[in-house]
Amino acid sequence: MLIRNKDSWELSENEVTSESDYKSRREFIKAAGIVSVGATAGLLNPSLAMATLKTATGPYSGEDIRDELNDYNAITNYNNFYEFGINKDDPAKYSHTLVAKPWSVTVDGHCENPGTYGIEDLIDFNKLEERIYRMRCVEAWSMVIPWNGVPLSEVINKLKPTNRAKYVYFETLVDEKQMPGQRRNVIKWPYREGLRMDEAMHPLAMIAVGIYGEELLNQNGAPLRLVVPWKYGFKGVKSIVKISFVEDEPNTSWMRLAPHEYGFYANVNPEVSHPRWSQAKERRIGDFSRRRTLMFNGYGEQVAHLYSGMDLRKNF
Amino acid sequence: MINNFLAKTDWRRPVIHLICALPAIWLGHQMWLWYSFAPHQLSANPIEYITDFTGGWTVRFLLITLTITPLAKLTKWRMLKYRRAVGLYAFFYALLHFLNYMVLDYFFDWELIIEDIFKRPAITFGMLAFTMLIPLAVTSFKFMMKKMGKNWQKLHQTLYTLTIFAIIHNYMMVKADVLIPLIHAMILSVLLGYRVYLNYKKRKIRSKNQIA
Repeated sequence: MLIRNKDSWELSENEVTSESDYKSRREFIKAAGIVSVGATAGLLNPSLAMATLKTATGPYSGEDIRDELNDYNAITNYNNFYEFGINKDDPAKYSHTLVAKPWSVTVDGHCENPGTYGIEDLIDFNKLEERIYRMRCVEAWSMVIPWNGVPLSEVINKLKPTNRAKYVYFETLVDEKQMPGQRRNVIKWPYREGLRMDEAMHPLAMIAVGIYGEELLNQNGAPLRLVVPWKYGFKGVKSIVKISFVEDEPNTSWMRLAPHEYGFYANVNPEVSHPRWSQAKERRIGDFSRRRTLMFNGYGEQVAHLYSGMDLRKNF
Repeated sequence: MINNFLAKTDWRRPVIHLICALPAIWLGHQMWLWYSFAPHQLSANPIEYITDFTGGWTVRFLLITLTITPLAKLTKWRMLKYRRAVGLYAFFYALLHFLNYMVLDYFFDWELIIEDIFKRPAITFGMLAFTMLIPLAVTSFKFMMKKMGKNWQKLHQTLYTLTIFAIIHNYMMVKADVLIPLIHAMILSVLLGYRVYLNYKKRKIRSKNQIA
């Protein structure tokens, strides 16, 4: 593991790795990932052998951060996914029981095309983009992850929400046979999340189906999950089975658990501290010292307008 | 001669020291591997792992220390003479926990540390517990015990209070699953209950004697 001392100001364009360097490095990491993960998964179940995704680089490919990509091993072995246990290594250890194929998602609420969809009907696998996003956990650590997926807006457009839809609401699978962590009610299952409609339609919000060009592993929320890079990581609901278009602000899982600690918006905000963690700084996984946390996780230029006129201390 | 040596030497003591030091030895080894870029067991976020690990062992050793007296009374095993050593290991793990926080985690970032202590009750309780443990460690030696007389006992009874603080600290730091701190709290209540029971019995005997 690399130990690097870096500050936020060092996140500059002039450091960008050249495209070819980046690609060869990416191929290397990917190859290493396939060998190690594929080997262990293949031993347990040959059908788990990984599938490579066809993916194109889009406008949000993280020009300024791609040289800081976390390695595949860290991304797939250090996870918060309480459906498989509360320790960071539990999801990697215990998620093999999840059956991510075939998968269907139920869509209901205020939309013209409700129903039950196979994942291929919701996501166009020929139009996958690679997006390199910072991911900031509310626990004051962060990673840089190359996701593969589609903008959430493309999925929503297929479902045609009506004017009455003000929010979009998501649920994770509930099945304690597949998700052994659900045998205990650490959280009231299912895991619930939601976005305001304009947040959901923002081009940065995405539905991911892969990481490093490989299909999502179960511990990362297979087969499809939400990624909202300007919000704390817990907004990124995993293994989605339900999408609802609703009028009222959904009561999300962490809000239910501790309303004074977690708000609906959960935008990354170094000025609003959490009762347990200062949010002023964060530790990038692989770094030794902490770096300053950026407003909206560094995506303020793109998303700040969504919240103009709002008191972000109250709407945390 | 060997028999004589064995009879005179308390072989239990080094064994107890070794057992108590094992978690720290393991941690030291893992940290060495981490430092040498070798595969290790400290997860992708070693500092967080070290925090949880040293904190967990602190509470465990605090509870073990508090268990020794009642266990010795109930079983008649002569283990009281090891209580100080075990208690000092509680302090040792607490010190590692504290140093990890100050040095590795925050690297003397006083702005954040002071904010933490005064704004985050979880940290306040943790710091309070650690601060209260320091005088106990300092006065744990026999000559201090003799010198302080009755005050020594009074001072060292604060171990109960600071263990409560340590468990509250743990409870407040946990995000969702409070099972472990609750188990610790239950163990501590049993130990405290036994203390109260003993005091009650003592008082009863004393009052009987007074009447007689």
